[in-house]
Amino acid sequence: MLTILFDGLAYGMLLFVLAVGLAVTLGLMNFINLAHGAFAMLGGYTTVLLMQRLGAPFLICLPCAFLVCAVLGAVLERTLYRPLYSRPHLDQVLFSIGLAFMSVASADYLMGSGQQNIQLPQWLKGRTELGEDPWTLGMGHYRLFIVLICAVLTVILQLTLSKTRFGSQLRASVDDPVVASGLGINVNKVFLLTFAVGSGLAGLGGALGAEVLPIDPNFPLKYMIYFLIVVSVGGTSSITGPLLAALLLGVADVAGKYYVPKLGGFIVYSLMIVILLWRPQGLFSRSTK
Amino acid sequence: MMGEQKNSQLNKIQAPQAQLELMRISLQRGSKIKAQEIIFWVLALTTPLLLPSHAMMISEIAITALFALSLDLVLGYSGIVSLGHAAFFGSGVYSAALFAKYFLIDPTLGLLVCATVAGLLGFICSFTVLRGSDLTRLMVTLGVALIMLELANQMDWLTGGSDGLQGVLMGPVLGQFNFDLQGRTAAWYSLVVALVVFCFVRMLVNSSWGYTLRVIRDNRLRAMAIGVPVSKILISVYTFAACVAGLAGGLLAQTTGFASLDVFGFDRSADLMLMLVIGGVGWLYGGIAGAIIFKILQSELSAVTPQYWMFWIGLLLIVLVSVGREKIKGWFTREYLVSLLTASTNKSGGAR
Repeated sequence: MLTILFDGLAYGMLLFVLAVGLAVTLGLMNFINLAHGAFAMLGGYTTVLLMQRLGAPFLICLPCAFLVCAVLGAVLERTLYRPLYSRPHLDQVLFSIGLAFMSVASADYLMGSGQQNIQLPQWLKGRTELGEDPWTLGMGHYRLFIVLICAVLTVILQLTLSKTRFGSQLRASVDDPVVASGLGINVNKVFLLTFAVGSGLAGLGGALGAEVLPIDPNFPLKYMIYFLIVVSVGGTSSITGPLLAALLLGVADVAGKYYVPKLGGFIVYSLMIVILLWRPQGLFSRSTK
Repeated sequence: MMGEQKNSQLNKIQAPQAQLELMRISLQRGSKIKAQEIIFWVLALTTPLLLPSHAMMISEIAITALFALSLDLVLGYSGIVSLGHAAFFGSGVYSAALFAKYFLIDPTLGLLVCATVAGLLGFICSFTVLRGSDLTRLMVTLGVALIMLELANQMDWLTGGSDGLQGVLMGPVLGQFNFDLQGRTAAWYSLVVALVVFCFVRMLVNSSWGYTLRVIRDNRLRAMAIGVPVSKILISVYTFAACVAGLAGGLLAQTTGFASLDVFGFDRSADLMLMLVIGGVGWLYGGIAGAIIFKILQSELSAVTPQYWMFWIGLLLIVLVSVGREKIKGWFTREYLVSLLTASTNKSGGAR
C-alpha cells in the first residue's frame, strides 16, 4: 500500500512539474493555454533523440530538454502568444487548440506514430525495499529520482516567486501591467521570461517522465486534461495549490488504477467536477469570491 | 383648456409607445424571412438530386450543421464556453442506436428518444455551467464528455465498448422511405430534420427569450439587475441545446447504422468549435456555413494527406485567431464590399 502511495506521489510530483508552467500562464497571466502539453512532448522527444541518436547520458538530456523548450517557448511567446493576452478566452482556447493540433500532426510526421521508449541508465533501474511485509515500501530508484528533482524544483520556484526581485516584478506585472511598466518594470520581458521558464519546465517534466508517461504524438491531447485539472483544482493564486492538487491527483489516479482499474478515469473526472462545483476558484485558493 | 391638457398628456403617453413600436420593429427585423434564406434551403434540399454520388457527405454536413447550431445557441448566443458538447451528441448517437437495436426501428420515434435522453443529460449538466469562470466551465464541460466516453467504454455489455455498436438496422422513415445504400434517403431525412429544427431555433432566437440570452451574454450583472432570471434561462437554453445536439447524434446513428466511441472524443468538440468560429459565432447560419466549409476542406485535405489533416486545421485556427476573427468577417460583409466598390469607382472616376 505504501508503495502505491509512493508511486502516486512520484506521479503527482511529475504532474506538478509538467503543469506548473501552465499554472503560471493561466493563473498569473490569465491565458488559457491548451498547447502546454506540446512543450512537454517536445522535451520528451528531445531526450529520446539525444539518447538514441547521439547516445547522450540521461542526466545531460534533462537540461537540454529544458533549454530547447524554453527557447521555443520564448520564440512563440514573442511572435504568437503576446498579441493574444488581451483577447477573449475563446480566442485563446481556439489558438492553443490549433497549436496543439499542429504539434500532434508534426510529431506524427517527424517521429512516426509509435510510442518512444527511453533506456534508463543502470543506476536508476534498481529498487529499494523498506519495512515489514504489510507495510513494505518499495521505491523504484527512478521514481525516487523524480521525487527528489521535483521537490528541489518546487522549493526553488517557491523561493523565486516569493523572495526574489524577479518574483515581485512578476507579481506586480500581473496585478497591473500599466502601473508596473510605469514603475520601470519591463513587463514584456518579465512575461517572456516567465513563459519561457514555464515551457522549459514542461519540457523538463516531459523528459523526466518519459518512462512513466510514454511519449507519443497524442501526448498533448492525452495529458492536457490532467494539466488542466491540476491547475483548475489547485487554484491559481499560489504554487502550493497546484502542488497539492497534483499530488492528490497522482495518488488518486495510481490508486484508482490499481484497486478499481475499470473505473480509473471515471473517478478522477467526477472528483474534478465535484470539486470545481464546490469551489469554482480552486480547492486551495484563498479568495472565496 | 382641459382638453388641451389631456391632449398633451396623451402625447406624453404616446411618445414612449411610438418609441416602443419602433424598437419592436427594429427587433423584429431579424425575424423576417429573407429571399436568400429560402433560396439556400431550396438549394440544400435539391443537392441530393444534383449530387447523388455525394449523398452520404450531404447527410453528414446536415448533421454537423445541426450540431453546430446547438453549440451556437450555447456559445454564440449565451456566451458559455463549452469544450464538451460531444457529450450530448454522443449520448444521442448511442441512445438512437440502442433504441433501434433493442426496441423499435422506427426512426422518428428514435429521434424523440435521443432528444429526450440528451435533453435530460443537458438538464443535469446545466447546473454545472451556471457558476465559475470560463476556465471552470471549460473543465467541467470537458470532464462531462470524458466521463461519458469512459462510461461508454466500460459498459461494453451494452455499448460494445471500443468495438462500437454495429449492425443497427433502421426501419423506413415514416413507414415510407427505406434507407438506401447510396444514402439519398439519409440525405433528405437529415436535411429535413435539420430544416425543421433550424426553423424552430430561428423562431426561438428571435423571440424575447432569444433576446434575453444575448442580454445575459453581454452583461450578466445588468441582466440580473433588470430582473432577468439568469439561472433559469441558462438552464433552459443548455437543456434545449443538448436536445438539438442529441438529435444530430441520433441522425448520425440512424443514417450510418453505427455508433463508436469517437463520438464522445475531444476532437469532435474541438472541431465543432472550430466550425462555428469559421462560420461566425452568434449567427444562425454561421454553424451551417462552418460545417459546409469544414467538411469539404476535411474531405479534400485528408484525401491528400490523411494523417496530417490535423496540421492544416491547426494552422487554420492559428491564422484565424492571429489575424482576428472580426477582421476576417469584416472582409465578407456588405459594408466592406460596398466600400471597396466605391473606392474603385472613385478611383476610376478620378482617372476620368
